[in-house]
Parts: sequence; structure tokens; C-alpha cells
Amino acid sequence: MSGAREAVLARVRAALGPAPAVPEIPRAYRGVGASADFDAIDRFCERVADYRANVQRVVRGELPRALMAACAQREARRIAVPADAPAWTVDGVELVRDDPPLSYRRLDALDGVLSGCALAIAETGTIVLDGAGACGRRALTLVPDYHLCVVGSRDIVPSVADGVAALAAVAAAGRPMTLVSGPSATSDIELDRVEGVHGPRTLDVFVVVD
Amino acid sequence: MSFPAAAREALADSQLRRNLGHATATIRAKREHAVGEVEDWEALRDAGSAIKARVMATLPEQLERLEAAVTAAGGIVHWARDAAEANGIVADVAREHGARQVIKVKSLATDEIELNDALAGQGIEAIETDLAELINQLGHETSSHILVPAIHKNRAEIRALFERTIAQGEHLGWEATAIAEAARRHLREKFLTVPMAVSGANFAIAETGTICVVESEGNGRMCTTLPDVLVTVMGIEKILPEWRDLEVFLQLLPRSSTAERMNPYTSLWTGVREGDGPREFHLVLLDNGRTDVLADEVGRQALHCIRCSACLNVCPVYTRTGGHAYESVYPGPIGAILTPQLRGLDQAPTLPWASSLCGACYEVCPVKIDIPSVLIHLRARVVEEHKRRVSPEALAMAAMGRVFGSQQRYERAQKLKRLGRGPIANAALPGWSAMRDLPQVPAETFREWWRSRTPPPGRDPGP
Repeated sequence: MSGAREAVLARVRAALGPAPAVPEIPRAYRGVGASADFDAIDRFCERVADYRANVQRVVRGELPRALMAACAQREARRIAVPADAPAWTVDGVELVRDDPPLSYRRLDALDGVLSGCALAIAETGTIVLDGAGACGRRALTLVPDYHLCVVGSRDIVPSVADGVAALAAVAAAGRPMTLVSGPSATSDIELDRVEGVHGPRTLDVFVVVD
Repeated sequence: MSFPAAAREALADSQLRRNLGHATATIRAKREHAVGEVEDWEALRDAGSAIKARVMATLPEQLERLEAAVTAAGGIVHWARDAAEANGIVADVAREHGARQVIKVKSLATDEIELNDALAGQGIEAIETDLAELINQLGHETSSHILVPAIHKNRAEIRALFERTIAQGEHLGWEATAIAEAARRHLREKFLTVPMAVSGANFAIAETGTICVVESEGNGRMCTTLPDVLVTVMGIEKILPEWRDLEVFLQLLPRSSTAERMNPYTSLWTGVREGDGPREFHLVLLDNGRTDVLADEVGRQALHCIRCSACLNVCPVYTRTGGHAYESVYPGPIGAILTPQLRGLDQAPTLPWASSLCGACYEVCPVKIDIPSVLIHLRARVVEEHKRRVSPEALAMAAMGRVFGSQQRYERAQKLKRLGRGPIANAALPGWSAMRDLPQVPAETFREWWRSRTPPPGRDPGP
């Protein structure tokens, strides 16, 4: 197919002519580090709730109890955790570590997954998973129907621009990323948003305030 | 069929018009709200527009950067001049891995090249996993909207279709969630077992080699994560030069398409990653007419499109005719400028007229594609091409030119006309004279009267 490569590139060059004008990019929008007139934690919680995800603020010491209560409410008894997850404990719940890697079948049979996140974006209520550490590999937070996500309040950035800038190193390192804004949904029926298709149908977010 | 003929048929379907009117009115109101809360929206549009113009102007360099970055990250890059080459590449990969089935993320590029039919011809079944694409596949229908390909169907029609096909013997009830649940149950096993997936791409970052797929349901995450092999087919215009450009497009796209602050899921991956996701990644860079679009300095901005579909939802033509009348995977205002350029003007000569030129499409376009100006430009091109061809009209005009060019021929023609007005004119111009009356030809022409009158004294008897 090297013939196709040269042919396509030649066609592109011919279409553009010898000296196409290259415009400068006006970046007058609110960029990285632009001052925000809102509290990032408040805004994040409010926006996550708008997606009909459950969000609660907890101090670090209260996290185990909050996780336990959530699992009890959803009747989740066995949940997956990433291979490199911190030493979370949830009373009455079996935490199944992804080490060695759990098969898709095994993941599908579990009641949920508990993960951290790389960072979160306040203005859009977005959680970013970066395929490492407490985020785990992508399948882990995808196959189970219930996702519990722990977000450190210091990991919340105000804007999309801040988030994209903070993730540049992850992209450069070639790690996969997933941006999650609420539970799985669809707009395919009468262009109205309905929660719950293929991804986790329930998303519980715990914002840990130090 | 021409657009006017297809539109006439669509307009006769009152259920279709109700479904479309309801869905597009819902999303229009939401989009206005989602865009209204972004103070710097116009600045984001300006940046988005300039980034895309820059991509086009530097496309050879960007394609080579992307190819190098994907290859360095363990991906395999292919190039395809046309649909047949692209389909052949995907089929070859499937055959190499013995895949009899592939799961698909919604992708306009693969709809454009009719990949599913091509794979079926090789004995490979393509399974659509996006809810609306699944609806169309089960109903043997084609897409009618860029974002919501089954927008022509309402909830009751979808429920009835599912109860006939993937949820036989069940009663799904009136809730949309039950329809979504049926799709989940139907596809879960496929996600867990099918060895190969095919996707499109919303963006591809030349700097890092990262591919981006934006979606809602999680089927995109499933397809790009679980199978052993992933093939992404993308148009060569989908590139963004730098990682940082995502800060613009991840704001413009979700608010313009599903009218959300952010879509539920955005997947970003770079080549292959040990222990996480597919073991083999192929990227197919598709031309298929795009370089022809690029060659038109006015028309090339159609390639800036990020497929948000905001222009469809505000268009007074689209919201009444629906997408099928455009007879293309790209309907609506953007389709009216993209389809004729991709396929050649002679293949879709009526589409540039599928617009009232009200300008609403330009107002909502997140990358400021001046659709009305391109429509007018394409109309002019259609007329130009038409002129060059020999048509009855052109022949008649040439004959008229000769007649009016000489006094002798003009006067002879006047006499002939008086003799043969009715039958000759009606035979020569049956379509024209069916609805119109030819003017009465006077018994005497002005020239004849002038010559026959008695000249006043001292004057020449001209002309």
C-alpha cells in the first residue's frame, strides 16, 4: 500500500498548491490557569450530580464508611480494585484485586469496581482515568455495572483547558485515557438523554476533602 | 433521485415530520442552553475555525507527523485512496485474525465507504453497537442524522422493532430505559467475545499519535478496549496538530452535538499498550474524494466539519424533510456542501439548492463553516458545468444569437414565425408551452409597417 501513501500525499499537495496560507490560531478563550469565579469542589459536585451520578463529599477518615454504605445500598458484595490501588478497605465487601489480571468474564460477574482517578474537571463534572495506579486498566472500570470512584479534592481542576494541559504528559507517555462524565447514557431515542446502556449504569463519586 | 423529488416523498410522511419536529426542537433548546453558559464561546469558535484551516494548509506535514507518532507507539498505519482500498485493508486484517464477526463503533467514514456490505461480501459480519446504528441495522434502514442515525423513528416504533427482533416475546414497556436495557443485554456477549473491532475517529492528534472517540453509551469504550484487534478508519481531515488543541474541541463538540457540558465517555488511546486494551492497532487514513474537496479553495472548509450535527437541527429544510432525502450519510446543510464535493457535482447536482440560505447553519457551526457561501459557490459551479455541456437551451440560445446578429436573418425569421407559430413552437418546446401562452404575432411587423407607410416630406425612408 505504499503506492497509496504516495498517491494520497501527492493529491493533497496538488490540491493545496505551492504556497497555501497558514493562519495563526487566535486563542482569546479562557486558557490554562484562567482565574475561576467559582469554588472548584462545589462546582464539580454540582455538575456531577447534574448527570444523575451520585456524589458525596467526605473527609478521609469517613471514606471507608461511605464506601461501605454505598455498597450496601447497591447490594455490591464483591468488587474489583486496580492492581496498584491503595489499601482501601470496605467492611463486608470482598475487594478483588486485578492482579493477576481478571478475565472479562470474571469482571462481568463482579458487582462493581472501585477506582481512583488521575484528575477531575469542575466545569464539566468530568473524571479522568489514565490507565495507571489507582485508575487501573481500562476494562476494569468498564465491564462491571457499578463504578465507585474516589476523587481527591486537590485533583480537581477548574476548566477543560486546565485538564487537557495536565494530561499532556500522560498522552506523551502513550497511556490510554478515559474521560467519564456521568453514567452511561444515550440520546438516540428522540434525542433525549437516557441513562444506562453499555458502560457502568451507576456511578458513585466520593470527593475526599483533606 | 433528485433532492426535490426525494423531499416531496419525505414531506408526505406525517409521522416522520412529527418525529423529526419533536426531536430537533428538543435538542435545539438544549443546545442553546449548553452554549449560552460558555462566556467565551465565540473565542472558542474562532480558535476552532483557525485550527482546522491550519490543519488543511499543512495537511501533508500533519499526516506524516501522525503516521510517525502512531507507528512509534506500536500502531500500524495504512493509506487508502478510495473506499475499495479501505474496505480491502479492513477485510485483510479480519482474515489474518480469523475474525468472522467484527463489532463496530458508530462511524460515518465506514458508512460512507459501505464497509459493512464489503465485509459481508467476504463472509464477515459487522455488528453495529451504537443504539441508533443497531436500530437501523435491525430495521434494514439507512442513517437519517449524523448524530442520531435513527432520528426518524420514535420510541414506540423502536420498541416495536426490538420486540420483533432482539427482544422477542418480551414487553419492553414505554420507558426509554427498557429499550436501552434490551440493547445492553443483546450486545454484552458480543463485547466480551468478538476478537476485532472497527471504529472511526473524532480527532487524531498528530503530535502524540493519540486517537479520540467521543460517545455516550460505552459501546465505544467496549470496542476500543476489549477486542484483541482494533482498526480505526478516519478521513485524512480529522487531524488536530497539537494535544493542546483538544482544549478547544472537547468544549465545542459536546455542547454542539448532544448539548451536554461533556459527553459521558471520551476514549483516548495511543498505539498499543501492554496489558491494557487491544494487542494490535491499525489506523486507515482515507482519502475517498477528500482531496477533491481540498482543491476547491472556497469549498474546502466543508472538511473542517466535526460532525456535531447542530446545523441539521436548526435547518428549516432538514427538520422537515429528514435525512433520507439527501441520499447520503452526510445529510442536512453540511451534507448539501460535502456530498456534492466528495462524489462530484454531477452526482448530486440538486443538493446545493437544498437550502433557503437563511444562515442558521453558519450561526450554530462550532467551527464557523460558512455553509451559505459554499452553497452559493457550488450553485455557481453547477451552472458553469451545465453551460459547458450541450443542452437544448444552449443550442436555442446559440441559434438566437445568429438570428439577432444579421438584419436579413432577423427579418426572415419574423416571417417564418408568423407562418408557423403554433405547431412549430409547440413541437420544439413542449414543456415550455404546456404552461405558457405564446404571444400573438401581429399580422405586420414594425419593419414592414415602416417601409409601407407614406414618408413625411424631406425625410429618408429608413431603416
